[in-house]
Amino acid sequence: MNKVRKQRLMVVLGVVAGLGIAVALALTALQDNINLFYTPEQIVSGEAPVGRKMRVGGLVVEDSVQRDPETLEVSFAITDGNGAFTVHYQGILPDLFREGQGIVANGTLVSRENFQAKEVLAKHDEEYMAPEVQEALEQAGHPGANKSGGKPEYGDSDEKSGSASYQ
Amino acid sequence: MWNWLKKWYHKLGSPRYFYEITGAWLPWVWPLAVLTLGAGLVWGLAFAPPDYQQGNSYRIIFIHVPAASAALLGYVAMGVAGLVALVWRMKMAEIMIKAIAPFGATLAAIALITGAIWGKPTWGTWWVWDARLTSMLILLFLYLGVIALQNAITDPRQAGRAAGLLAVVGVINVVIVKYSVQWWNSLHQGSTIRMTEESTMPPEMLTPLLISMAGFYLLFACIVLVNARSEVLWRERRANWVRRELSNVL
Repeated sequence: MNKVRKQRLMVVLGVVAGLGIAVALALTALQDNINLFYTPEQIVSGEAPVGRKMRVGGLVVEDSVQRDPETLEVSFAITDGNGAFTVHYQGILPDLFREGQGIVANGTLVSRENFQAKEVLAKHDEEYMAPEVQEALEQAGHPGANKSGGKPEYGDSDEKSGSASYQ
Repeated sequence: MWNWLKKWYHKLGSPRYFYEITGAWLPWVWPLAVLTLGAGLVWGLAFAPPDYQQGNSYRIIFIHVPAASAALLGYVAMGVAGLVALVWRMKMAEIMIKAIAPFGATLAAIALITGAIWGKPTWGTWWVWDARLTSMLILLFLYLGVIALQNAITDPRQAGRAAGLLAVVGVINVVIVKYSVQWWNSLHQGSTIRMTEESTMPPEMLTPLLISMAGFYLLFACIVLVNARSEVLWRERRANWVRRELSNVL
């Protein structure tokens, strides 16, 4: 490689490296804004401001869903293993809403224990399976099978699905 | 091996050699692309088993994931061409940037649109400003920026270098798209196809998905080659070999 080209290569790589570092610093500084939602741990520990509009995300706690038979009102607890609180919502829940499944709710934090949601979104995980396989796994009592009814791998318990975990 | 690669690199740098050799490849690559894409899509859309939670709506994955992955890979290829255009001032590299950008932008748009269509029934929303969706939108804008920059400058050599710089710098965003679901919490789930560990999908779904991805890559390659060949003819229109080539056709 001749001298001129080497110089050009250095300039281009320098520009990319410089810009890369700048972007990395900006993204790190904006971390809280880029994260889509607050986790239950952040709510319980007081990191999330009460009375403000925000999104929260977590797993719906088993047997915590309570529906009002007269209206569309529903409430359920969400957790990340390090804290839990109750979400109140009035409206139609998405098809994938299930106990044990991840959700993201948009609304207002009323208190450290209560969140009033305006919108509830289902967060589905990256695992795909044929229905028969899921049934067979459930019948065999496989611990990982009961996905719709409670995923044990939330948070730090299972590193394998760590890429999708709620940090 | 290195010498062979080097020789090949210099040969491909010649527009005439590129035109001749890709003319020989295309009759083979086209049918291969159509067959692979057709096999992957038919298998995935009609014969793969439904998902235990999403039922049949997950089948859009056979378009969504290949389009997104080809858009990202195409951008990296465009970045490499940009680097070659900037450092070695190779004419063919400038042509490649121009050839990649339009279909790359189309694929990014397809990924965004199919993602929105998929998001409505599963998540309950068309769009959310999470890290993955936003960075993918930026990828589309970068592609459009490269196209706009090409068109804004009249001199093709200068246009090629300007677009090359944007292509190289934009590769940073590809890294952000890839890791966005790990670095931040997002509504978009993590990746299903894993390089280093077992993918979280059974083989009867994963195989058609991988075939469909290969089909998208091959189709992308064909379209890039066709674009690049017509650009070569246009830029070399005053050269003797092009005149001879055209007089054969006309």
